[in-house]
Amino acid sequence: MPNPLRKLVPAPQGAGTATAVGGERPTGLSTRIHDVLHSNATLGPLFVLVLAVVFFSITADRFLEPGNLSLIVQQVMVVGTLGIAQTLIILTAGIDLSVGAIMVLSSIVMAKLSVDSGVPGLLALLIGFACGTACGLINGLLVTRLRLPPFIVTLGTLNVFFALNLYYSKSATVRGADMPDLLLWTGNTIDLGDTKITYGSLLMLAMFVVFAWVLKNTAWGRRVYAVGDDQEAARLAGVRTNRVLLSVYIVAGLICAVAAWMLIGRIASASPQAGGSANLDSITAVVIGGTSLFGGRGLVIGTLFGALIVGVLRNGLTLAGTDVLWQDFAVGILIIAAVAIDQWIRKVKA
Amino acid sequence: MTTSEATPILEARGLVKRYGHVTALAGSDFDLRPGEILAVIGDNGAGKSSLIKCLSGAVVPDEGEILLDGKPIHMRTPLDARAFGIETVYQTLAVSPSLDIADNLFLGREPRAPGVMGKLFRKLDRAKMRETAAKQMSELGIMTIQDITQQVESLSGGQRQGVAVARAAAFGSRVIILDEPTAALGVKESAHVLELILRVRDRGLPVILISHNMPHVFEVADRIHIHRLGKRIAVVTPKSHTMNEVVAIMTGATEPGGVGYEEVTKDAEREAPGDVDETLKPVKER
Repeated sequence: MPNPLRKLVPAPQGAGTATAVGGERPTGLSTRIHDVLHSNATLGPLFVLVLAVVFFSITADRFLEPGNLSLIVQQVMVVGTLGIAQTLIILTAGIDLSVGAIMVLSSIVMAKLSVDSGVPGLLALLIGFACGTACGLINGLLVTRLRLPPFIVTLGTLNVFFALNLYYSKSATVRGADMPDLLLWTGNTIDLGDTKITYGSLLMLAMFVVFAWVLKNTAWGRRVYAVGDDQEAARLAGVRTNRVLLSVYIVAGLICAVAAWMLIGRIASASPQAGGSANLDSITAVVIGGTSLFGGRGLVIGTLFGALIVGVLRNGLTLAGTDVLWQDFAVGILIIAAVAIDQWIRKVKA
Repeated sequence: MTTSEATPILEARGLVKRYGHVTALAGSDFDLRPGEILAVIGDNGAGKSSLIKCLSGAVVPDEGEILLDGKPIHMRTPLDARAFGIETVYQTLAVSPSLDIADNLFLGREPRAPGVMGKLFRKLDRAKMRETAAKQMSELGIMTIQDITQQVESLSGGQRQGVAVARAAAFGSRVIILDEPTAALGVKESAHVLELILRVRDRGLPVILISHNMPHVFEVADRIHIHRLGKRIAVVTPKSHTMNEVVAIMTGATEPGGVGYEEVTKDAEREAPGDVDETLKPVKER
């Protein structure tokens, strides 16, 4: 039913491009693309991913080989998992610069406890998880109790956690050969025909499915969006916003610890210097995946696409024999394009 | 006070609220009767927002008491107010744009699915949410909204306000407070929201309407609470007073008194309480 009231409302910013009420919107091509992207923000990243896969399967013969595809997934495993944590926090209109530091600290805790202190593998793993969770709790308390901006809090804890990691590890790498099997499990593979898939890759994919479901189908998930959308509105609607924020940082810390487990499996050791670029890489995956840095908009599955886009790009350019610096160049352009598109998509909001 | 009045549902006695040196409420009273629309008006800085925040649990008054059905209640947060059946719709902060209508309606009190999915996995009862939301929206005559799964940001301003009012009406069992519900809306949309307010009252819920818009107030209000300098200085009805008279009382151009006043808090030796905004000089309307 066409809504005659539309015309009487003060025109929202960017009105005229799309007003999703009634059937009287203009039907230009850009408007239609805008509408589709607006109601489904992950279509963009998915399209880019498909485009990249098609492009590299033409330019590089070995790209589509199952072994190579499996390698890409392994390469994005750690960043993808951190990306889940980062997505949760960015959905609340925050940002977490400390995810990489939490991960490295947790991996060192797991490795040192089991190798140097003789703690059984399972217990060492659980204590590592507890370590990541505690780091998240610290971030969350600083954000909700001291009301500091997440950027500042996590910039601080990034340095604190990383320093603790160097202190505890004495800046020395723990060799995988000394570790219990459980800590290396994420690097083990299942054979599917001639393709090997690591348990870590499957664990990452499973976590994406779980968090996509939780965000969509639980009250907690809805509240995460509401808090990111407009924290004051959510509070006045009766959401205990501080409790939601705190829980998000705690869960993010735990996810970082799971990423730590994957990191050990991936590099078959625990290095205090590993994952240095992981903080920014996780933000890159989230942003390219179509989640808005302003909060309240985006899907966790988009982050998987974002991580895969970066993985495919780096892998494909490597296969094509391109210098590494052009990989960074391409990723940089992607980030700017993704945010530019996001701003365009968000224009409908009055 | 006359004796024929019904017992107020919501009542406040001698509310005081200070912010540092600024006295926002200087011993204000308040009465809301069953089944009425009570408009609360006052100049900027008169303290009506502070009054409403006290009644909706958003701030705790320094002194004075709030009574619900004659019994004193203590509210420390908006959640407490909701537990007492007092729902508030705020002017601009009404809804979460990226959530759909049903999610917005149940935000903060989402029902869980029955069985193991709800208990163990905390799954939402989406079917129930959508059904209730659709029922609520159609009962209140917000008919232009076709799809309950529409994101709220795709709705017009009036429809968003409609969603917020519907949420309050769905859960408010005693009182609904509307803070400037038409302030951001166009003429026709305002008319829809006013109709909505009348419909809510007709369903038996008393409504407190805060508004700057005199024509809107006179269109729907049963009684008008006039706030000035941190206090209630008069309660009038649209029948007993004209718009100009009400504005004159509100701005201090005339002192309340005489025939037709239902209640008057006469306070001749009333001192200007501290730094209450006095920038708005009496307007010589008449």
